[in-house]
Amino acid sequence: MTSTAPAAPGRSRLLQERRTVPDRGFRVLVIAAAYVVLAILAGIAIFLVLKAVPALHKDTANFFTTFAWNPDNTPAQFGIGVLAYGTLVTALLALVIAIPVALGVALFIAYYAPRALAQPLGYLVDLLAAVPSIVYGFWGLLFLRPYSAGLQTWVARYFSWTHVLGTSTGTVGQSFFLAGTVLAVMILPIVAAISREIFLQVPQTQREAALALGATKWEMIKWSALPYARSGIASAAVLGFGRALGETIAVAIVLSTNYELVSKLLSPGGNTIAANIALTYSDAGQVGTGALIASGLVLFVITLVVNLVARAIARQSTPAGSVV
Amino acid sequence: MTAATLDQGTQAGLSTRRLSRWTLLGVLVADVLVSLGLFAVTPLQGRADFGVFVLLVYLALQTMLSISVEGRRKAVDRFVLAVVVGSFVVALLPLASILVYTSVHGAKRFDTTFFTHSMRNVGPNDPGGGAYHAIIGTLEQLALTTVIAVPLGLLVAIYLTEYARGRFGRFVSFFVDVMTGIPSIVAGLFIYALWIQTLKLGYSGFAGSLALVVIMLPTVIRSSEEMLKLVPPSLREAGLALGMTKSKVVLRIVMPTALPGIVTGVMLAMSRVAGETAPLLLTLFGIDQIVNDPFHGPQEALPLFIFNEISRPSPEAYDRAWTAALTLIIIVMVFNLLARLFVRFASRNRGSARA
Repeated sequence: MTSTAPAAPGRSRLLQERRTVPDRGFRVLVIAAAYVVLAILAGIAIFLVLKAVPALHKDTANFFTTFAWNPDNTPAQFGIGVLAYGTLVTALLALVIAIPVALGVALFIAYYAPRALAQPLGYLVDLLAAVPSIVYGFWGLLFLRPYSAGLQTWVARYFSWTHVLGTSTGTVGQSFFLAGTVLAVMILPIVAAISREIFLQVPQTQREAALALGATKWEMIKWSALPYARSGIASAAVLGFGRALGETIAVAIVLSTNYELVSKLLSPGGNTIAANIALTYSDAGQVGTGALIASGLVLFVITLVVNLVARAIARQSTPAGSVV
Repeated sequence: MTAATLDQGTQAGLSTRRLSRWTLLGVLVADVLVSLGLFAVTPLQGRADFGVFVLLVYLALQTMLSISVEGRRKAVDRFVLAVVVGSFVVALLPLASILVYTSVHGAKRFDTTFFTHSMRNVGPNDPGGGAYHAIIGTLEQLALTTVIAVPLGLLVAIYLTEYARGRFGRFVSFFVDVMTGIPSIVAGLFIYALWIQTLKLGYSGFAGSLALVVIMLPTVIRSSEEMLKLVPPSLREAGLALGMTKSKVVLRIVMPTALPGIVTGVMLAMSRVAGETAPLLLTLFGIDQIVNDPFHGPQEALPLFIFNEISRPSPEAYDRAWTAALTLIIIVMVFNLLARLFVRFASRNRGSARA
C-alpha cells in the first residue's frame, strides 16, 4: 500500500523542513477523512444495536431459533429463522445458476471471442450490472414469471420426487426459484467480470506451453487456466453470494412472501431479511421496527462474514508464475 | 487398421480428419427442420422451448459426429466451445429482454405529460399523471450524494495511497472493504435509526442522500485509489526533488494525472447509486407532489415511484411504472456510457496531457 509513497518523510531532513502550514493542514484533513469512514461503520453498528436491543428484550421467543415473525403482537414473538433461511436459500440458488453461466461468459471473453470484440462484449455484460434492481424486480414479475411458469410446471411435474424441486400448493410462480433466477441475473455481471480479469491474468507462457504440447483449447483451459484461476473464481463466487444476500427490492417484488419455512423451491412463498424490511417497515409498530432493525443487523453480520471469507480466499491465491 | 483407429481416437492431430464447417451447418439445418416437424406433430410447443430443443439436439448430434470422425478430445473441445458461446448468449438474453421489454412498454407513456406533471390528485386508476416530481427528487438526491461522497471518498483514497502506512492504514483499508459489502437496505436502516428515529430530523431527500452516501463512498474510494496507485512514483519524486511540499505534489501532480480515471469511477458510482431503491424506501417516505426542497419533508425518487406504481395493480399505474423504469434506465445508462466514453477520450489525449 505504501509502496507508491515517495521517499519516506522523516528520513530526509530537507523534505521535512518543507512542511508548511497548509501541508500539515492537508495531512490532517486526509487523516480526518479516514476517521470519518471508521465513524460511519461504527455508527452503523452502534445505531443498529441500539435500536434492536429494546425490541429484542420484548421478544418472548428465542430470536435465533423461532420460526415466526409477529413482533407487534402482544406478547411479541419473532425469530430470524425463517428470514435467514430464505435469504440463504435464494442466494445459494442464485449462485448455483449464475456460476456456470458466468464462467462461460468469462471464458468466452478471455479466450474465445475475437480480440477486437472482447472489450465491447465485456462491456455489454457489465451493462447488466447497471440495470437498477427495481427494474429487475419489475421485469422478473411481469416477464420472467410467465415465461418461467412453463419451465417450473414441467420441473414440478417430473422432479417433484426430489421434494426440493416440487411445489406444495400445486401452483408455481412467485417462488424461491423465481427469486433465485432474478438474483442470478443480477450477480452474473460481477462474478463474470472478476473471473474474466483472473483468466486474463493467467500467464501467457503457461497457456502457450499447454497449446504447444498439443492440447486442445479446452485442455489448455483445464490444465493451465482453471488451476491458476481457482481461488480467484472462488472469491468472485463468494462476493456474488454476498451481493445476492443483501439484494432487497427485486426479491421483495418477485416473491409472494409469507413466514413459512418453504422447503419446496417451486412453491410460492418464503421471505428474505432484506425483502421483509422493505415490505413491512411502513406498517411496523414500535417493536416491529426494532425487530426489523435487529434483522438488518443479522444481515449486516452475515454479509460481513461472507465478504471476509471472500477476502481471505482472494489473499491465499495461487502465486503468479507457479507451474501447476 | 487398429493403428489407424487408435490414432484417430487419441490424437487431435493436424493430419487427422476434421468436420468441415459445411457439415456442421448441414447438421444444424437438418436439426431445425426435424424439430419444426416434431413441434408441429407432437405436443411440444413454445418458442423458447423450441430454441432450447434445437440447441440440445444440435449439441448431441455434433458431439456424436465429432467423436466418430475426429476423436473424443476434439469432440470435448467442440462441446465446450458450444457451451461457452451458449452461456454468453444466455447471459445477454436478460439484458436484451429487459431493454426491449422496457422500451416497448415504456414508450406508451413517454410523453410530455409524464415529464412535466406530478402524481398530485391523480388516483391509482387514473390515466395521465407523471414523474416530474420523482425525476426532480432523483436528480437532487444524486447531486447531494455526489457532493458529499466524492470529496470525502477522494480524501480517503489520497490517505490510503499517499499517507497511510503501518497498521492504521491497513485497518482503514480493511474497513473500506467491509463498507463495500454493506447491503443497501442496511445503509437505509442506519440512516433511519440515526436520522429519523434518534435525531428526529424527519424524512427528506437529504436523509435519502445520506443513505446513498454510505453506498457510494466505498465505490468512490476504491476506484480513486486504483487510479492514484497508477500514477508513477517517479512523478512524485520529481515534484519532491523540486522542493514541492507533499500536499502540493498530491494536489498539483498526482491528482491531475489520475483525474480522468477518477472521474470515470465517480460517474460509474453515480450510475450505480441512481438506481438504488432500498435505502430510499426507509428515508424518503415518498410523496405524490413536486417537492423542490430536498432538506425538508418527504420527497419522491424514480425508483420509489416505480415501486409505488407497481403496488397499484392497474394498467395505468403499470404504464407509468414502465415509463419511469425506462427513464431510470436511460439516466443510469447515460452516466455509464459517458463514463466509458470519457475514459476513451482521456486516454487518447493522455500523450499530450501531462508528464
